[in-house]
Amino acid sequence: MQEGRILTPTEVNRDLLRSILDTPRWFWPVVMMLGLVVLAAAIVIGVMINRGLGITNLNRPVVWGFFITNFVFWIGISHAGVMLSAILRLAKAEWRRPATRAAEVLTIFSLMTAMTMPIIHTGRPWRILYWAFPYDFARGIWPNIRTPLIWDPSAILTYLTSSTLFVLIALIPDFAVLRDRTTGITHQVYSMLSLGWQGNARQWKLQIISGILLSALILPVFVSVHSIVSWDFGMAMAVKSWHSTIFAPYFVVGAVHSGVSAVAFVLILLRWAYGWQAYIRHEHIDALGRLLVVVATGWFYFFSMEVIFGIYGREADEIAVRSLQFTQWPVSAWTMVFVITTYFIPVSIWLSRYCRRNLWIMSIACISVNIGMWLERFLIIVPGLANRQVFTFSWNMYAPSIPEIIIVTATFALVAMLMLLFSRAIPLVPLYDIKEGDILKTEIKIGRRTVPAVYRED
Amino acid sequence: MAKRPLLGLFRDANAAADAGDALKGAGISENDYDFLTDSPYPEGAFGEREEKHRIYLFPFIGALLGLTSGVLLTSMTQFAYPLVTGGKPILSLPPMAVVTYEGTMLGAILFTVLGIMFESRLPKPKLGLYDNRITEGFIGVLVNTEEDQHNQVQELMTQAGAVEVKRET
Repeated sequence: MQEGRILTPTEVNRDLLRSILDTPRWFWPVVMMLGLVVLAAAIVIGVMINRGLGITNLNRPVVWGFFITNFVFWIGISHAGVMLSAILRLAKAEWRRPATRAAEVLTIFSLMTAMTMPIIHTGRPWRILYWAFPYDFARGIWPNIRTPLIWDPSAILTYLTSSTLFVLIALIPDFAVLRDRTTGITHQVYSMLSLGWQGNARQWKLQIISGILLSALILPVFVSVHSIVSWDFGMAMAVKSWHSTIFAPYFVVGAVHSGVSAVAFVLILLRWAYGWQAYIRHEHIDALGRLLVVVATGWFYFFSMEVIFGIYGREADEIAVRSLQFTQWPVSAWTMVFVITTYFIPVSIWLSRYCRRNLWIMSIACISVNIGMWLERFLIIVPGLANRQVFTFSWNMYAPSIPEIIIVTATFALVAMLMLLFSRAIPLVPLYDIKEGDILKTEIKIGRRTVPAVYRED
Repeated sequence: MAKRPLLGLFRDANAAADAGDALKGAGISENDYDFLTDSPYPEGAFGEREEKHRIYLFPFIGALLGLTSGVLLTSMTQFAYPLVTGGKPILSLPPMAVVTYEGTMLGAILFTVLGIMFESRLPKPKLGLYDNRITEGFIGVLVNTEEDQHNQVQELMTQAGAVEVKRET
C-alpha cells in the first residue's frame, strides 16, 4: 500500500504549496467561466424572486422538483468528508492522508450549496428566518419543532459548523507553513490565521487528539444529517412511496456512495491540475475503488429492500408508484439508467485492479455514480408526488423549466469555483499529515525482500 | 535574573534528541525546553516531558450545556404557543429529541474546539523566538534559561549537532 518514495519536508512544501504560491495559466480563465455560470444563475434567481415560483414548472401535485432533488444530492456529496476523514482517521488507515482535506473542504462547499436550494425553493427566501430561526420576531410564534423541515436546518447547521471547525483546526499548522513562506500582507493574513503556532510537542499532541476527538464527535452528526434529510420524505404519511422506515440508512449509505465517488474524482482532478502525482498516487485511488465496491453493494441492498418491501404489501398506491417508476415511459427509462449508472457500470469497473488504477476509467466510474445518484433522488421525489392519490384533484407529471435547469447546473459550477478559489488560499492536501506519514514510514528487510512498513502510535 | 529564550536548530531528529539529553544532564528543568517541529513526531521521540491536559472534559461540559439548551428551546417554544393539534400533547418528546440531539452534539463540538485552543495555549499574540526553517523540516530546541547559562546551553546544543543557535535580539 505504500508505493511512493519518502519525500523531504522541503519537497512536500514546494509541491503542495504550488497551488497557492504559483498561479497556473489555466486558473483564472476557468474560475471566470465558472463564475459566469454562477452569475447567470444569480440573475435567474433574482428574476424568480421578482416574478415568483411561477417561472418554474413546480405545480400541484409535484411541488418538489429539481431544487429539492439537488438539495438531497449535495447533502449526499457532503457526506464524503466525514466518511473519509473521520472513519479512516479513527481506523488509522495510512492511505487517508492525501484525501482528507479535499474531502472535508468538499463537505463544506457542498453543504453550503445544498443549503441554498431549499432557500431558493421557498420563492421568498427572507421568510426562511421566520420559519426556521429560533426567535419569535415579536410575533409570539416560534418555529414548529414537530416538523422535519425544522429538524433539517438544525442538523445541517450543526454539521456545517462542525465540519468547518474540523477543517480550521487541522489547518492551523499548515497556515504556519504558509506564514513562513510568504511576505507582505499575505504573510500578515497567514500569521493571524496560524494563531501563533510554533509546532511544540504540546500543540502537536493536542492537534492529534483533536483529529480523533472531533472525528468521533462528528460521526454521529454525519449519520443524523442524512437520516433527518430522509425524514423530510419518510415522515410524510400522505405520500405512499416516501413513508418508509428504511429511508434513513438507505439515504446515509447512498450519500456515502455518491460522496466518496465525488472525492475520488476531485482527487484525480487535483492530481492532474497541480501535478501531485507523488502525493495522490494510484494506490490511493485504488483503495477508494475497493472501498466503493463495499459501499455500492451496501447501497444496492438497501435499494432492493426498499423496492421489494414496497411491492410486497400489494397496496394499490404503492404498486402505482412502482409501476410508474419501472414500467411507464419515460420514467422507466430513467430508472434503468439510474440503476445501471449507480451500480452495474461502476462496480464492474471497480472489480478490476487495472481499471481502479486507470484514472480515466476511474473518473468515468465516479461520474457515472453521481449521474445515477442524482437521478435516484429525482426518482424518489417526483414519481411519489406525481402518483394519483386520494383527495388529489389535479395531477401532472413534472419536467423542469429552463430557470430550474440553469440554477441546478450553476450549483455544480459554484462548488467547482469555490474549491478552486480555496485551493489558492489553502493546501488541499494536508502538509503535516503527509510529512507525518513520511516520518513514520520506513523499510524493513524480511528474508530477501525489502518491504515498506509504517509505525503506528496508539 | 529573568529567563530568556535560546533556539537551537537541528537537521536531524537524533541530534535534537541528543541535545535534549544533554540539557537534562546539565540540570535544566524539563519545563524549560521544548522541541519545535513541522509535523507530529511519536510522543517521547525526543525524550521530552509528557504533556498533561484535560481536553476530554470539554466535550462533556459542552454536551451538557447543549443538551440543556436543546431541552429548554424545544419545550419553551412549544409552551410559548400552546396550540393543541389533533389532540396530541403540547410537549411531544420524539421531535424534541431530534433538535436536542443536534444541540447536544453542537455543544460538545464547540466546547471541544474551545478546549483544543485553550489546552494548546492558542492564540498566541507573539510568536517569540522562532525560525522559518522549522517548517522546512529543521527541528528547533527552544530553551528558556537564565542569561548566565546561555553560553553553556549554546555549547551543549552545538556539541549535539545544532546547525545554528539563535538568541533573542
